[in-house]
This record gives sequence, structure tokens and C-alpha cells, in this order.
Amino acid sequence: MTPEELTLAAEKEENGSRAFEHIVGVCTSTACLASHSDKIKKEFDAQVKAKGLTKSVRVKAVGCCGLCAEGPMVYVESQADAEKAAETRTYAHVSNEAVPALVDSLGAAPVADLACDTAQPFFTRQHKIVLEHSGVVDPERLEDSIQVGGYQALLNALTTMNPADVVDTIMRSGLRGRGGGGFPTGLKWSTVAKAVGDRKYVICNGDEGDPGAFMDRSVMESDPHRVLEGMAIAGYAVGATEGFVYVRAEYPLAVKRLKLAIKQAERAGLLGANIGGTHFSFKIDVRLGAGAFVCGEETALIASIEGRRGSPRPRPPYPAASGLWGFPTLINNVETFANIAPIVKNGAEWYAALGSGKSQGTKVFALTGKVKNTGLIEVPMGITLREIVYDIGGGPFDGHTIKAVQTGGPSGGCIPEAYLDRPVEYETLVQLGSIMGSGGLIAMDDTSCMVDVARYFMEFCMTESCGKCIPCRVGTVEMHALLTKICEGQATMTDLEQLEELCDVVRSTSLCGLGQTAPSPVISTLRYFREEYLAHIEHKTCPAGVCSGLKSGAVKAKEVVA
Amino acid sequence: MSPTMTEATVVTLKIDDREISARSDQTVLEVAWENDVFVPALCHYEGLGDVGACRLCLVEIKGSPKLTPACAIKVVQDMEVITLSERLQKYRRSIIELLFAERNHICSVCVSNGHCELQWLAQKLGVDHIRYPYLYPKVSVDASHERFALDHNRCILCARCVRACDEVEGAHVWDLLGRGVDTRLISDLGTPWGESETCTTCGKCVHICPTGALFEKGKSVAEMVHARPRFAAMARVRNNSGR
Amino acid sequence: MAKARIATVWLDGCSGCHMSFLDLDERLLAVAEQAELVYSPLVDFKTFPDEVDVTLVEGAVASEEDLHKIKKIRAHTKTLIAFGDCAVTANVPSMRNLVGKKAVLQHAYFELATLDPQIPTLVVPPLLDRVRPVHDVVKVDVFLPGCPPSADTIFAALVELLAGRMPDVPALTRFGK
Ligand SMILES: Cc1cc2nc3c(=O)[nH]c(=O)nc-3n(C[C@H](O)[C@H](O)[C@H](O)COP(=O)(O)O)c2cc1C
Ligand code: SF4
Ligand code: SF4
Ligand code: SF4
Ligand code: FES
Repeated sequence: MTPEELTLAAEKEENGSRAFEHIVGVCTSTACLASHSDKIKKEFDAQVKAKGLTKSVRVKAVGCCGLCAEGPMVYVESQADAEKAAETRTYAHVSNEAVPALVDSLGAAPVADLACDTAQPFFTRQHKIVLEHSGVVDPERLEDSIQVGGYQALLNALTTMNPADVVDTIMRSGLRGRGGGGFPTGLKWSTVAKAVGDRKYVICNGDEGDPGAFMDRSVMESDPHRVLEGMAIAGYAVGATEGFVYVRAEYPLAVKRLKLAIKQAERAGLLGANIGGTHFSFKIDVRLGAGAFVCGEETALIASIEGRRGSPRPRPPYPAASGLWGFPTLINNVETFANIAPIVKNGAEWYAALGSGKSQGTKVFALTGKVKNTGLIEVPMGITLREIVYDIGGGPFDGHTIKAVQTGGPSGGCIPEAYLDRPVEYETLVQLGSIMGSGGLIAMDDTSCMVDVARYFMEFCMTESCGKCIPCRVGTVEMHALLTKICEGQATMTDLEQLEELCDVVRSTSLCGLGQTAPSPVISTLRYFREEYLAHIEHKTCPAGVCSGLKSGAVKAKEVVA
Repeated sequence: MSPTMTEATVVTLKIDDREISARSDQTVLEVAWENDVFVPALCHYEGLGDVGACRLCLVEIKGSPKLTPACAIKVVQDMEVITLSERLQKYRRSIIELLFAERNHICSVCVSNGHCELQWLAQKLGVDHIRYPYLYPKVSVDASHERFALDHNRCILCARCVRACDEVEGAHVWDLLGRGVDTRLISDLGTPWGESETCTTCGKCVHICPTGALFEKGKSVAEMVHARPRFAAMARVRNNSGR
Repeated sequence: MAKARIATVWLDGCSGCHMSFLDLDERLLAVAEQAELVYSPLVDFKTFPDEVDVTLVEGAVASEEDLHKIKKIRAHTKTLIAFGDCAVTANVPSMRNLVGKKAVLQHAYFELATLDPQIPTLVVPPLLDRVRPVHDVVKVDVFLPGCPPSADTIFAALVELLAGRMPDVPALTRFGK
């Protein structure tokens, strides 16, 4: 497809959609699928057919709209006609039985008890760039993506910009890596662009191993073409002709949709040889990881693609200089790539204007834990944690209070309630003893024991350690044993000292990020909730009442040893 | 490798405030050892690829906030390296202690007693007891090979044997299985060593093992003395390079 | 100057460390000039005295009795020395930790029993679940590894301690030596 053909295809698809009075979108991403939304989609099809509405109503499967906890989610988009303005209705908790009523309600009053209020802050406080088309397009139809502008940025870049312009645009946009570290994306691209090599590769990191995280999964499942487009633009910018998407095998739907999307894009001439009729060729393949957290670490990931044991190696050399099979390799996160097309399309300045401090654009979080609304959210950088937890998340359950927010998963830390007014920025979160991370965000209330939380994450690191280097391999086991001892009320102050000492050893001497950050949840909970540790050790009390076998409830002020 | 291919330049650097010159293709560890500067190491072995796994060779490099494995970093002009500090010694001792805590090191009844790099480093670094609780894993001994045996109780997973067998002998009998503290050395996809179809019985792994994990059958307590093959020299002869 | 009061005790070990102590031979006389042996399996005192300057502890902590003893010893000792690998690392006795107490008792008192198989409850002290090095149970001031530490090592360490200095242990001995 040439740029002109692409524009035509988009127009054609737009006109095609306009022919329908109503478009019904049924979410068929993992969470809603788990409540059998595929059957609901079928039921809609059947009902529409039975009622003879196939000419006026289009039913499509779409990706995730974010409010996963309320699924299955369905939206209905109605065209303006003589009597009414255009309108979009969103329904939650839709069941098979509700479908007839929903079909009957088309053009009439909405089904009130399923209606989902999209004026609530959960929706209005979000700002969608990455997820802009998630829940809107059918991830299994290329035409849907094309209709909303897919691949225009790619063809635009190929025909009107030279690679250095693209790198420069990304540089000026201020985009930083969304895989956790926050490394400036433009800088990484320019390094790979400058690297000398017979071949270069682009890798999209979709390993997403953080427990409870599903940001990247959702993007890959709901809008795969967005990721592929970003990778192709990157390939053009750095001079690569081949790319890999590395996805954990536990994401079969993402794998299926990515593979389908690649095939569709290749057939349309939007990937593969001579993209858009230009000289640029770029081929993308999917590689599966066997679900090891450490395989998200870039050097381990590369080893895994090469068919070797997935364990990290010392850097330098960085993949940008020597990566896949020794060639210069650009490796970015799924969400990072999903930001590329909008930046190229709308310009660096547009993106740079969003956000605050040195953190531009938006960030997708998987909001979970002790708040009323959980799900996938995309917020502008600079939003406060309080807005996320109280406005978007709807605050704590009745009768409870928020105690802390955990970000960064097993590599991050717990930020206490007192600091919730701080903005979501890379530097601020690090200052607070946590990290932006890849997007896990867990709200904790008074029923969460911070020692238990630290122990949970340590258990994760202990079992996910690759076993290559000693401090991480053995240190995490020893720290986990000490944390367990504290939770069981068996620990002494000497054990606490040993725990702190091990935190320092493991953090300072481990080979890769997994070990280097494994102590973070312990360090941050000790920094803010030391008295909870002391309650367990000196008073055999678990203030949150989580650790069985210990007394629960607060330690009386006079008992607390300073 | 022909001599012309190694277009190394000569650089000068400082190790512990001492001015030293070196070739730019050398690692900090090589240069330190060449100049009699003690840097502990277990996973490094001259002539094998470095993996940076044991973390004992960590040094401070001026301008870098993180500690760097000396075996995995090349020297550069004007580099300033610190190999000895209270902090480094403390970490080195902790790492040795973690190794002793991990498996079952009963030196007094070990074939390598008195000829063991781990034991020697413990003494050299002043480790006279292990503060961390011992893990006492239940691991096996593979005595199925006609001439050698593997005692997992003593293995520190340095992967020297893996690399010797792969890089020098070219047989790749050894590899690692599992994750974290459950990682185990395996031969031929997990079959007993004696049934290995790839093992050539060359004994390189046995003689390169830093501990009592790999030994010759028939050796009793303290009798296993390693021959320490000179792989680097072998490689030079093999490649006919006069470096 | 009053003589230093030294003691030696034997927990779960093979007595090899005590034999090595006796290997001090004529140097025992030199030690005796500065110190008095107030408690030891080598001499016949029944109870551990109230005040001891230096106690050499051989053996790991393996039974209820060992545990009881070592706590008492610690309470009455100024400088406690983990004497030999069993005390320092739990050494050979700790090999039972791999299979557990139950398996060991089963093997010893049932599988190997020729008549009347049962686990004794009298006279033999009950075993702890795990054999532990001394420092896992009480604070240890000096570690003297070795299996056994040589007479030279013991002498050098004692000379230093009696002179009020800490011995340079790594210069003298190591695990398994
Ligand atoms: C233990 C570990 C796990 C990681 N897991 C992921 C992951 O699942 N996804 C990801 O994008 N990056 C992960 N990373 C970060 C990658 O190494 C790499 O920095 C990132 O993919 C670069 O992309 P970015 O610059 O776009 O963030 C992980 C790092 C470590 C140390
Ligand atoms: S820090 Fe952990 S995960 Fe990373 S290399 Fe070391 S053992 Fe492997
Ligand atoms: S391998 Fe070395 S440290 Fe381990 S028991 Fe044998 S001699 Fe001791
Ligand atoms: S067997 Fe020896 S050489 Fe091989 S990994 Fe274990 S300790 Fe290292
Ligand atoms: S010798 Fe450098 S990490 Fe082991």
C-alpha cells in the first residue's frame, strides 16, 4: 500500500462504518474472555441476524477498554440521525441473557441497570494515547486499525522523513522507556543508529513478568498493529531490517493476534519487503518465552531468542553495541513502541507538552489492590498518586483507609499515604524509594501487613532468580527465610540486622537488575514501616492482623521501643 | 587469531593508585593479576570466556556508581581502579559465606580438602565462620562415570566445567538446569554422566573445578589435587598465535 | 597476677579437638603457668564454675542437653571459643540435617536394631531437630576452625588470648585443616 492507497483504504472503511446505524463492540480480551465474552459476541450476532438488523447494526470484537473488573464490557456507538446526536453507551457486567434487551434498546432508551457511567473519574481522569484505540478497534482486522489512522505515521516517516529526523523527533519528544528503567528512548535509538554492524535488529520486549501486570498484554491483544507500526518506524530510524516481538508463552491470545496482525500487514504491504512502495523492508517475527521473569532482562531475553539459557550477562557491552547474535540491537518495551506512531504523527512538541518534570507523555498502569475500581488505566505523567488511587480507583473500601501504594512490582517499593500527593514522575518515585516500573500499581489498606508484602515479593524474586550469580541466588533465599521468621514471630533484632546487611550485599553485588532491585521492597518498607517490623519482632504482634499465629492490632504507644 | 588481528593499543591506568600499563584488549582482572594485585575470583579461568557470575572480583571504578566485575571489563586509558576497600572486602566475605551456606561443604571429609579454591579464599578473606543459616539442600552424588564423579554437595555453579567442556573440548557435556537456588549442573540433558554419549573422558572439567565437586574416583579425603590445565596456552598453540 | 581460669567442653564432636589440645604436650606446662583448668572432660569437675575467663567449646549443638549446657556456659564465660569445625560449622554432625532427625533415629534404633527396637527416652538426651553451630545458639567471641585445629594453632591462639589480644585466626587455620 502506498500512502495514497492507505488514505483511500481508511476512507473506505470509514464510509463502510457509517453505513451502520449502530456499532456494538464486545471486548474479547483476556479478562472479559474469561467471563465468556466470546459467547456474548456470538449471541449479539445471532440476535442481530434474527431481528433482521444486519444492515444497520455491526457487531465487532474489540480489545480492552480498561475496566476489566466490571467485565464483560460492551459499548454501543450510534450515529447521529435527524432526532438524536451521535452517542456512545457503555455497558458493564453484560451476560448472554442481557443481549436481547440490549439489541432491543438500540435506538431506544438504554438498559439502565447495565449502564456504566463513563462520566466517572475512572474514565474522565484518564488520558489515552497508548490505549487510544484499545477497545475501539477489532484487533483481528487490519482495516479497523487503518480506519483510525494506523500505519499512516510509518508511511509518512518513510516518505517524508529521513532516519535521523525520526530519531530526532523521538529524542525531542522526551519519551522514556516504559519497561521500567526510564532510559531516554531517543538516546537509545541514536546509539543503535550510530552503531556499526552488518545487520541490526529491533526487539520488542513483551515478556511482562511482573506479578499482576497486564499492560503490555492488553496492548498486544487489543491493538497489535500499533506495536508493529512502532517497531517498523524504529527499524527505519536505526537502520534495521528485522525485528522480533518476544512474548511470554502464557499470553496465547497476544501471540495469536500479533501473528495474525503481522500476516495482515505483510499482505497489505505495510510490513515485509518494500513497505509502502519504498526501498525500506522490515520483517517481524514472534518469539515465545517460557515465562521466566528474568527473560524480560534484555541480555537474558537476547540469549533466549538465540536459543540459549535465559540468563543475563554483564553489561557493557550493551545490546545497542552488541546484541542479538552480536549485532547492534534496539530493544524497547511494548508500551514504548506503542507511543511511537502518535509521536511521529503529532510531533515531538505535542508529546513533550504532556507530563511534568523529565517525564513526558502518559503511563499505563494496572491498578489493583484495595480500591473500588481496578483495571487498566492510562494517565498523564505528573498526575498525583492520590488522584490515581482516590479519583480513578474510587478510594478504599468502606471502613478502611489507604496505607500505601506499591509501584514497580518486585523491583519497586511501597510509598506511604503521606506521600500520595507527589506526582507520578520517574525521578520523584525513585526519590520516594520506589520506581516507575513497568506499570504495576497496587493499593494497600490497613489490612495489608508490610512485612508480609515484602516477604511476598522476596518469594517472587527467590523463585525467579536465574541462579547465575551467588548474591541473588542464595541471598534472596536467606532474606526470604529471615522475612518468614519475622512474620512468624520467631525473629530477633539480630535477624533484622542480618536482613538489612543482606539487602545491601544483594543490591550492590548482583549481576542484573533482578538481584540489584530484589531488596527494594524490603528497603522501602523498612524505611517507612519499620515499626511494623518491630511489632512483629519485639511484641509478636502483626498490626494488620495478617500474620497468623501473632497477636493482631496496634502495639500500644508505650510499648513501642523507639 | 593472527597477531595482526589483535590490534590492541597500550594504555595506562591506575590500580590502587599504582600506575600500570596494559594492552587495551585485557580485562582489569588479567592486568591486576599480572601485576600481583590480589583480586579474588572463582568463575574466571584463564583461557575460558568470562561470565561474571561469582561477583567476587567486583572492584570500584572511579566515576562509576556501581561495582564492576574485573573479569568482565576491559581496561581503558586513564581508568582508576580500586581493588581493596573495606566495603569490597565485606561483600567478598558475604559472598563466600553465602556459598558455604548454599550447599553442604564438610571440608574435613572432602576429597579436595586442602586443595580447594573456595576454602582457600575463605581463609584468605578472613571468613572463619558462616553467619547465614545453612540451607542443607538434599542433593546427590553422580558416580556413574567409570573414572570420575560429581558431588553436587560441593558444586558452587561457577560453570567453569561447562565452559571448559564446551569451549575447549568441544563436547558440551555440561549445562545448567533449573532456576535460582534449585539450579543444578547436568550432563547430556539430565542423564547420568556415565551414560553420556558426548563425554570424551578427557578430564578437563575435573581438573578445572575449583572445589571438590568434580573428582577422580579412588581419591579419598584431601587427595584430589587439580592439575589446572593451561587453556590459554593451549589456545595459543592451537591457533599458532604468538601473543 | 591471678591465673586465668580456662575451661574446655565437649558437645557433639568426636573428641579430636581435645586430643589435639593434649598434643600441646610440654607446652601445656607453659599454659599452666598462666592459666588454671577449672572445668574439662580431661579433669574431674562435676559442675561448670561460675566464672570462667576462656572456654573452648568442641562440638556442635545437637541435643537438648547440648543446648542447656552451652547456654549455661555462655552465661559464665567471658571469652567463648568455638573450638574446631564441629563447633564452628556443625561439620560432620550436621550431615544428619540432610535427612532429618526422624530418619536418623529410625535408622539407628529400628533398622539397625537386633532386638527390642525402640527410641530410648531415658539417659540419652533427646535430639534437636537440627544440629547447629555454636554461634547459631549463643554469642561466640573467637572462631577457631580446623578438624581438628592443630596443637600449634591452639597454642598460638591461647597465648594471644591470655595476653589479652585477639589471635589472627586466618593466619593460623582454616575449615578442614
Ligand atoms: C529482571 C528484569 C526483568 C525485566 N522485565 C522486563 C519486561 O518484562 N518488559 C520490559 O519491557 N522490560 C523489562 N526489563 C527491562 C529490560 O531489560 C529493558 O531495559 C527494557 O526492555 C528496555 O525497554 P525500554 O527502554 O523501552 O524500557 C526487565 C529488566 C530486568 C532486570
Ligand atoms: S541477579 Fe539474579 S537473575 Fe540476575 S543474573 Fe544474578 S542470579 Fe540471575
Ligand atoms: S569443596 Fe572446598 S569448601 Fe567445599 S567442602 Fe570441599 S574443601 Fe571444603
Ligand atoms: S562442578 Fe565444579 S566447575 Fe562445575 S560448576 Fe560446579 S563447582 Fe564449578
Ligand atoms: S571472577 Fe569475575 S565474577 Fe567471577
